Parts: sequence; C-alpha cells; structure tokens
Amino acid sequence: MAEKPLSGKIALVTGASRGIGQAIALRLARDGARLAVHGSKGAEETARAVEKAGGKAVSLAGELSTLTGVDALAAAFKRQLGQRAPDFLVNNAGIQASPNDTLERLGEADFDRLIAINVKAPFFLVQRFLADFPQGGRVVNLSSQLSQIAFPEQIVYSATKAAINSLTKSLAKELGPRGITVNAVGPGIIETDMTRDRLLGTEQMRAFVAGNTALKRIGKPDDIADIVAFLLSDDARWVTGAYIPGGGGARL
Amino acid sequence: MTLKSLTGRTALVTGAGRNIGRAIALRLAHDGADVAVHYNTSVAQAAEVVRTIEGAGGRAFAIAAELATLAGIERFAESLKGTLAERGASGLDILVNNAAVIAEGGDTIAAATESSFDRIVAINLKTAFFLTQLLSPLLKDGGRVVNLSSRPSEVAFPSGIVYAMTKAALNSLTKSTAKEFGPRGITVNAVGPGVIETDRTVPRMLVTQEARAAIAATTALKRIGLVDDVADTVAFLVSDDARWLTGAYIEVAGGAGI
Repeated sequence: MAEKPLSGKIALVTGASRGIGQAIALRLARDGARLAVHGSKGAEETARAVEKAGGKAVSLAGELSTLTGVDALAAAFKRQLGQRAPDFLVNNAGIQASPNDTLERLGEADFDRLIAINVKAPFFLVQRFLADFPQGGRVVNLSSQLSQIAFPEQIVYSATKAAINSLTKSLAKELGPRGITVNAVGPGIIETDMTRDRLLGTEQMRAFVAGNTALKRIGKPDDIADIVAFLLSDDARWVTGAYIPGGGGARL
Repeated sequence: MTLKSLTGRTALVTGAGRNIGRAIALRLAHDGADVAVHYNTSVAQAAEVVRTIEGAGGRAFAIAAELATLAGIERFAESLKGTLAERGASGLDILVNNAAVIAEGGDTIAAATESSFDRIVAINLKTAFFLTQLLSPLLKDGGRVVNLSSRPSEVAFPSGIVYAMTKAALNSLTKSTAKEFGPRGITVNAVGPGVIETDRTVPRMLVTQEARAAIAATTALKRIGLVDDVADTVAFLVSDDARWLTGAYIEVAGGAGI
C-alpha cells in the first residue's frame, strides 16, 4: 500500500458544508489529508462523510461576513487542529446575490456582503495564518469563470472574483520565497444546489449550459475538486500565481 | 500494488530525445503509458530514453521523423499508426506536441531572415497543426492533447520574436481544437514554461552564477525551473483528474513576472 500523497498534511476548506467545497474536502481526505471543514453553521455532514470514508475531519463553524468571524475561525482552527496554520488553505466559501446583483438593483447591504464574504474573508484569513504557513504550503482560491468575462447579470459577484485573481497573483509573489504556491481555480457553471434551481431548472436550460461548453456536459463538483487536488500536490510545485479555468471549455 | 493511472494508454511525445520532451516521456511511462518517443536528430538520446523507460519496467519505442515538411509529417503519422497497431493498440490516447526550435542566429525583428522565419513557423506551429490533423482519426474519445507553449506567448519577447509568435499561435490552436474535439471528450491544453534549465537554455541564458541568480529572482519561488516541473504538470493534464479542463493555457513558470 503506497502512502497517500497528502498524508500528514492538514487542509482547511471554507464553505465545505456542500457543493464544490464538500467535494474538495472529500477528495483531499481521500488523498490522505486531515481536514478542517468550515461552514457558516459548521460542516458536520461533510465531516461525517469524510470519517465514513476512513478519513479524519473536524467541523468548524464561523460566519465569515465579519472580521470577528474570520478571527474566530482562525482561532478555532489553531485550537482544534493543534497547528498554527494549515498546510493547505482552500478559500472556497462564497456567496451570490442574484437576481439582485445588477448595476440597477444592487443595494449597499448586498454589495458590502458580497465583498465581505468573497474578498475580505479570504484576505484576512490568509493574513491571520501568514506568519505560520509552513514551507511548501499551498493556497487555492476559488474564483469563477465570471471573473474573466462581462456578466452584468452578476456584476459585483464577477468583480469579487476578479479581485480574488488579483489577490492570488500578489500572494503568489509574496509567499513564493517560502516555497508556498497560490493559485486560483475558476469554475464555470457547476451543478450544485446554488445553481440547480436558478440555472439548471429545466431540460432546455441544462442543454443550453452544456452546449456552451466544449465538452458538451454540465460540470460537477468533483470536476473542480480534482483540479484543486492537483494544485495541492507536489506535481504542481512550479505552478503559482495562475488562474486555472474549470469550465469544460466554456466560452473559448 | 495499485494500477498505474495511464496503464493501457498510448502516448506520443514529439521531440522526446532531450530536455522537456524527454522528461514528459519518462513521466508518462512512469504512470503506465506506452510512449512513442519521437526524435529527429537525437538518435542516441532517444534510444537512451527508451532504455531508461524499459529499465524501469515501462513500455516505449523510438520513432524518427523530420517534421519540417508536410511530407515528413504524413510519413510519420503513417509509421506511427503501423507501429501502434503492431503493439496491439487500437489508437492514440495522448498527443504531446513538444518539438520546437529556436532560431540559431538571432530571432529579432532586425535579424530574422525568411528561412529562419519559415523554419520556426514550420516546426513550432505547422507541425503541431498537421500532426493534430493527421492523428485526429487515431485519437480515442476521452483522449488528451497537450501543446507545449511558452511564457513568451503571453509577454513581449523581442529577443525571440518569431518563436514567441509561434507559441501565441499555438495557444490559439489549442483553444480552437479544444472546441473542435470537445464533443469527443478529448481535452486540449497548452502548457507555458518559463526559463527551464535544459541543454538549450544553459549555454544561452544560464552560463554564469549571476545570470542564474537573475533568472531565479524573476520567479516567485526564487529558483530556476527544471524539466520535471513541466512534465509533472503535463502528467496532470493527461490524467482523468483534468477531465474538466480544456482550451486552457497553463503557465508553469514558478510565478515568473507576476
């Protein structure tokens, strides 16, 4: 039995209670990492699924819309995992505000909340762990295909993801001398309970979304989790500051 | 003993006698693929690659071709088909368009000649185009194409101006073929290395300690890239884990110039 590639490593995945974050947690656990799975109300179900598959996980709760919540998450991680910073940080938690996320309709409260959870929380979470990331650590930020294109239907969500791409590059440069890589992954439309009703509600909508990709199907959370697993692996040691699209060749 | 990830797959790596191509061939064979090690002039080196792979218990064969002309590419494609059939393979799973040249004289707007221009375009772009065209019927559904691009495809590179143009064109070819082959479940991606330590770059760019330090300093990770750094990313792109990644340009440069 070969040793698993991520054995002995600790990964913190935010927004891991469902969808892409949950799939990432399960994949990293399969690769041998010990998981800290975060959800605003915890991610017990994900933690149980990891344990059931033979892995190790603890669930951490934290509301990431305030800096107090970010601090609490960082503190809970240190307390429960017995390590000052994770080997791998996956900034996955994010929110959308559609159908209100247009230039005309978006109010200040929604604007501030999008920025707080999608940009400010990853920024300060990295800052809280900054001094303690181990040599050879990894940060993966979940971006979006929308960061690359005009999408007035989700105007500020798109902007927050473009900001994440910028953060990714600056952090890659900042952390590079310590052998830490930082990359962004930009999913297209992935079938999750965030998208199922809104974007994939009818057969016609599903066919339209699939037709927009080169591979002619709808993306799944595992499709993204497997890309994240690469970025956290030793094989990806020379990839940093990059934006990796995960859209099945959408909008080529 | 777990089954290797590429067991039962066939791969072609062009320009695999030396440097990055060699490292890719070794890695894909390590992962279980039967690897066609293409070479043009590097006879002894290609033989050594095959011996190394076989010595480690893998499968590989060397296949020679001058790819600068369409006639050469056509002969090569036919020969490859025949050899794969002899080895019991029903087609090709993985195509890695790696073979490339840089100008011997000086690849600047002032120094380029028609013959140097034509040769760089022929080998770096036309070969990838026609090889992909001719091998398309052989490529299996769910297959993989990886085109070796270069960081200069994305940034100004006046000291290798035609080279950079061919690599930018290769990125475009990558996107169009990704769309074309997508319905067959075949992904097509480009990989863009920065300065990698090879027998080409060492005499040109990495001779002195000062030059090496200057190149390392341009990267985020503060070292010089190695051929295995690139091969390991290619190994991901041809794996099942990368099934949802297509038409992309993946820079493998240690965070150079970010």
